[in-house]
Amino acid sequence: MKTFKIGGIHPPENKLTEGNSIEVLPIPSELAIPLLQHLGKPAKPVVKAGQRVKKGELIGEADGFISANVHATTSGTIKAIKSHPHPGGQYAPTVFLESDGQDEWLDGCNTEPQDWQSFSKEDILNRIKAAGVVGMGGAGFPTNVKLAPPKDKVIDTVILNGAECEPFLTSDHRLMVEEPEGIIEGLKIITSLFSTPVKAYVGVEANKKDAIEALAKYASSYNFEVVQLETKYPQGAEKQLINSITGRKIQEGELPFDKGCIVNNVGTAFAVYEAVCKNKPLIERVVTVSGIEIQAKKNLKVIIGTMFSDIISACGNIPGTVNQVISGGPMMGKAQYSFEASIIKTSSGILFINNEGLDTSRERTCIRCGKCVEACPQELQPWLFTNLAQRREFDELPAYGLFNCTECGSCTYVCPSKREIVHWIKYSKAIVNNRKKRKSA
Amino acid sequence: MQTVTLKVSYAPFVRSSDSIEKVMYNVAIALAPATVLSIYFFGWRALVLTILSVVSCIGFEWAVDKIRGREQTAALDGSAFVTGLLLALNVPSSLPYWMLIIGAFVAIVISKHLFGGLGYNIFNPALVARVFLLISFPVAMTNWPVPFGVDMETAASPLGVLKTDGVAAIQDISLWHMSFGQIGGSIGETSAIALVLGALWLLFNRYITLTIPLSFILTTFGFTGIFYLLDPLHYASPIFHVLTGGLLLGAFFMATDMVTSPIALRGQLLFGFGCGLLTAIIRLWGGYPEGVSFAILIMNALVPLIDSWDLSDKKQKAKEEAK
Repeated sequence: MKTFKIGGIHPPENKLTEGNSIEVLPIPSELAIPLLQHLGKPAKPVVKAGQRVKKGELIGEADGFISANVHATTSGTIKAIKSHPHPGGQYAPTVFLESDGQDEWLDGCNTEPQDWQSFSKEDILNRIKAAGVVGMGGAGFPTNVKLAPPKDKVIDTVILNGAECEPFLTSDHRLMVEEPEGIIEGLKIITSLFSTPVKAYVGVEANKKDAIEALAKYASSYNFEVVQLETKYPQGAEKQLINSITGRKIQEGELPFDKGCIVNNVGTAFAVYEAVCKNKPLIERVVTVSGIEIQAKKNLKVIIGTMFSDIISACGNIPGTVNQVISGGPMMGKAQYSFEASIIKTSSGILFINNEGLDTSRERTCIRCGKCVEACPQELQPWLFTNLAQRREFDELPAYGLFNCTECGSCTYVCPSKREIVHWIKYSKAIVNNRKKRKSA
Repeated sequence: MQTVTLKVSYAPFVRSSDSIEKVMYNVAIALAPATVLSIYFFGWRALVLTILSVVSCIGFEWAVDKIRGREQTAALDGSAFVTGLLLALNVPSSLPYWMLIIGAFVAIVISKHLFGGLGYNIFNPALVARVFLLISFPVAMTNWPVPFGVDMETAASPLGVLKTDGVAAIQDISLWHMSFGQIGGSIGETSAIALVLGALWLLFNRYITLTIPLSFILTTFGFTGIFYLLDPLHYASPIFHVLTGGLLLGAFFMATDMVTSPIALRGQLLFGFGCGLLTAIIRLWGGYPEGVSFAILIMNALVPLIDSWDLSDKKQKAKEEAK
């Protein structure tokens, strides 16, 4: 069993929904589709209020190199384009779409699977771009950009990320169990884009035996390896996954392609398959609805733009004991302040939790126990960042590798003094970046 | 739709069950065998001293927290408890009670809170108190009651005998008595077996690592061993040095104090090595028979230096990688 060499933690896995098949959530009557679904600039709206759209029709156009298309996720009428709560915590421009109940596809979209082998590389990349495919593991980086690295980078390794190391989340797990063929087809498409010989891997944590089996069945027909990874957080972080599988180490300032690697989430690979073979834009995804507190735990296939309130009504009322709603996993997710926020392409789960029991109300002093150093997968000194930041010596931090921090939260998880280490790191990054900007302005 | 009050906080939303209390009370549990055995050896007076020490440390902590306008619950976070316990284990069972209370004051008020409280103290509070008492009341602090002794019968500790009477005088102390603890010494330092048992608890629960204790003990063992091999008639065996005095108590429970030891592996190795070397040097040629307390305190003072040496290296590395 493979794993990364340095740091890592093992929080309770709580994969409460691993045995629940994917259910399809009925189309809600109103959708709020954010134009910001990805890393980079929000998409430019190309529709107007009152306009009728069909399912799969472009409503937001990629604005610049790092940006991605956004599509109507059902047929209906555009009601408004306005600022609206975004699951990332901010307000973002959002297209409101009233469903007509027909769920009618745009002509030429969602066709029968075609043979992609006859397509040229440009054609494949264009289809991925047109479909608005972004990294579905969390970062939301436009996939067509990721799959076209600079010419001088030699790619010899393609990795699909099925680690799903965050507690509770099972959306990737269920997708691997239920749609292994599409995922592997996506992997084939991705590897075909590189002219150099490429070794393909799918990395899956050992706690998903059925997913490993489901994928391994295809290993005879196509040359790739399903790598069983130790169940350890953050196994699914890009840098750690590369280290686990290839032993290579991505240094500060480097990107995976600098070490010959391309990593995509299994969900992204599936979206690539659907985009290329079926001409189907990325308009839906699997979302885990879970949490110790709620009865109806599900893996739901949800169209993008479905508001949290619609998912809650579909799952029955939530108990009064719930006091936090998290978009994403408990380690790196975002606490929500509104049920009006909606599912975007990177929403892997919604968790309903009660954190009264967590003693996070007060930070205590650092007792220099070194647990954070032990837990940090990036070989950093998290305690030092926090102590320096609290003394407001922000400019000291970058020299100690501040920007090499992936904000995985392992340090904060283990801290016996309950210090908000990741928060201080994010805060420091923002301050340092702002100062840099001001200096260059 | 129902209304729910949502709380917004930062990720991560799950935390380990570790806490300062858990860390501290586990150290207390690990010290339990040595404490219990000491009461068996030295009688009820050891018990009274231990309780008095713990209570006065917690009392001083409470008072200082109140004066400093801090949360009073900090007095029960376990750190004052552990300091009190360690202080009691580091004094002879015949020590007058009022001296011990002065020790508790030095530990909590001077050594801990004048430096900023838990997490900011440079020196191990219990050790500062011990050394303070040793220098202020040298007779009371080196008057060792004999285990199972009647009427406070006292004798010099094995290290004291070695210092004053030479190697020949310690030949008849059996290895078993040194391991089990049936020798003169501070309340909690005499039983090697009880201390190692407690240390295993801490190691097993990963509250300490072997880095500091091992480098500490091995250095003392190696250094005293060299001189033993050169001249066994003048120098005691390294096994004698490891089993007597406060070496095991110091190596496993005081040098490993998180607040006052280096964080990184390399720094910890250097720290342990320094402690071991200084202990051996003081024991072989120093004015005091015992050198563990001084050795650890001197190395405590060097921790900021060791840490910045370790970090400057990391800083350099980060810069090179950024290029």
